[in-house]
Amino acid sequence: MNESFQQLRLDGVGRQYPTASGSTVDALRDLSLDIRRGEFIALLGPSGCGKSTALNCLAGLADLSSGSIWLDDTRIDVLPPERRGFGMVFQNYALFPHMSIRDNVGFGLRMRGVPKQEIAQRVKAALSLVQLEGHESKLPGQLSGGQQQRVAIARAIVIEPPVILMDEPLSNLDAKLRIEMRAEIRRIHRQLERATIYVTHDQDEALSMADRIVVMRAGSVQQVGTPREVYGRPHNLHVARFMGYRNVLSCRVEQQNGDHITVGQQQIRLQGTGIEVPAGTQTVAVAMRPDDFEVAAEAADNVIEATVQQIEFGGRSSLLIVSSPIGELFVRLSGQFQPGDRVRLHIPADRVLAYAEAA
Amino acid sequence: MSTARLALPARGDRRGWLVAPAVVVLLALFVYPFLYGVVISFQPLEGGSIWSNYVHFFTTSTEWGTLWATFKLAAPATLINVGMAVPVAFALRRNSRKQRIVTTLLVVPITLGTVLIADGMLTFYGPVGWFSQFVHGLHLYSDEVRLTHNYWGVLISLVISDFPFVFLLTLSYISGIDPTLAKAAGTLGANAWQQFRLIYLPLLVPGLSMAAALSFVQTFAVFPSAILLGAPAGPTRVISIAAYEAAFEQYDYGLASAIAIVMGFAQLLVVCAIFAFRQAFYTGPATSGKG
Repeated sequence: MNESFQQLRLDGVGRQYPTASGSTVDALRDLSLDIRRGEFIALLGPSGCGKSTALNCLAGLADLSSGSIWLDDTRIDVLPPERRGFGMVFQNYALFPHMSIRDNVGFGLRMRGVPKQEIAQRVKAALSLVQLEGHESKLPGQLSGGQQQRVAIARAIVIEPPVILMDEPLSNLDAKLRIEMRAEIRRIHRQLERATIYVTHDQDEALSMADRIVVMRAGSVQQVGTPREVYGRPHNLHVARFMGYRNVLSCRVEQQNGDHITVGQQQIRLQGTGIEVPAGTQTVAVAMRPDDFEVAAEAADNVIEATVQQIEFGGRSSLLIVSSPIGELFVRLSGQFQPGDRVRLHIPADRVLAYAEAA
Repeated sequence: MSTARLALPARGDRRGWLVAPAVVVLLALFVYPFLYGVVISFQPLEGGSIWSNYVHFFTTSTEWGTLWATFKLAAPATLINVGMAVPVAFALRRNSRKQRIVTTLLVVPITLGTVLIADGMLTFYGPVGWFSQFVHGLHLYSDEVRLTHNYWGVLISLVISDFPFVFLLTLSYISGIDPTLAKAAGTLGANAWQQFRLIYLPLLVPGLSMAAALSFVQTFAVFPSAILLGAPAGPTRVISIAAYEAAFEQYDYGLASAIAIVMGFAQLLVVCAIFAFRQAFYTGPATSGKG
């Protein structure tokens, strides 16, 4: 396939599945996305949100019900998987159990009729890229999970595909290895300068690896943006919840001036930032991350008085569950606390996000 | 064989005795008759060397010839069954309504006895049967169509009665292969045929050799259809007929036992050969690693 491509374009891609009762469900609705060469895109969402369906549509493992996929000027959604030439890393790695690591990695080249000598060289180079030399003659079953995962990556990249698709490749690894492999995958991505599309349900993974994140829910795209945008300014309450805004409270709108919004409940008044809240809205859902709270200075505004209920120790900081006049809050603070302690919490106005939706 | 071993019960633990009834049944129904057969095979009716029953079998052409006649039926029947089961099972590997219906239809012959199949075949494939009339009616073949009371009749009946068995085994082996492997091969550029040849087939070999071994053992023991559909005095005088005649026409139980033991050895040899072949292939799990 075209190795000097500039852009992969998804145009209104949709996928429906028939159900047992004879109706159809939308696993994926109207996904439109332009992916530039060299970009690292994460498809992020809870299970069943359609992210794997999107990946399978790209790989050619699922047919589209609507829309089209283009690699520059070539329409590729009509091609079978073997003619798209995308590299894919499967969640369970899908290494061929009866073939040596060498044959696994060389499989794609063999299918392309590459001469034996060249296969040997390129397999060697790919294995050295994933730092797995010396295991060439082993069978996949003889390697650890992390090693198998790297074989799967080597097998996908050795064919020098324009696009590499990864379906939750780290979900079977332990926490430490997962962090290590994130950096590894980023490094390989930079070295290859192709496009990577990475499916995950782990927001940390998406935030730390991707150039752009596509947040999905129930088959449709909720937000497309850089990690900073998605993290700092979630488009809607679903994205906010998914990005770790654990405190979602229903509040009355006291005052609204453009994006600046003052919300209240009981005797508490909070300055916040409205996210596309139409003028005249009566109640809003207010979303706040536990990490954005701090212990208030004497004369600060946006202060909530609260009592510590429970403490989850977490090293440098602890997660506190506190009760306040506006309800129970999750707060992450550093310092020592005891249940029953009174705390004055401050949260900056740009970290209090108001949405015109039910909480 | 399972890798689990029977742990010796701790002293004073009498639960181990639970195995006793099964052991008694096994001893009474299998081990004793087998050993009895071995012993009387070494006691020739007319006296002489203890080997004389075996010597008689291997020096009389009407006797040892049955080994070859049986092999000529069992080997092709096994190959045909396995050869047909693979594509059919492959086409039906995904669990679906269609799979369940076709599987049920294909398995029906298992429920029919050999005699019923023979009866049906005599009507269908006989000289004036439907098949013969059909072939003549379409002018495909003008001579007499002879598919009963000869080698072909027995072979066809072995295929009919044994195919469902081999098919079911093969289907379970094929559905045990992770379909993601073929998908992965697809994304790497393998077309459908390459996915089958390079992924499915090598992973199937251990299962297929197991199915072939079982099918061979079953077809090698052919008896009723060799009489009902074959030429039991001629080309389909299989080894079980030789043993039957020795036992119940000549009342020479010693010779009959010797023939039965030769038959068992022949089966064992072929099964060992198949398993040796199997060892040359990957025999581990046909899944794709972790997950």
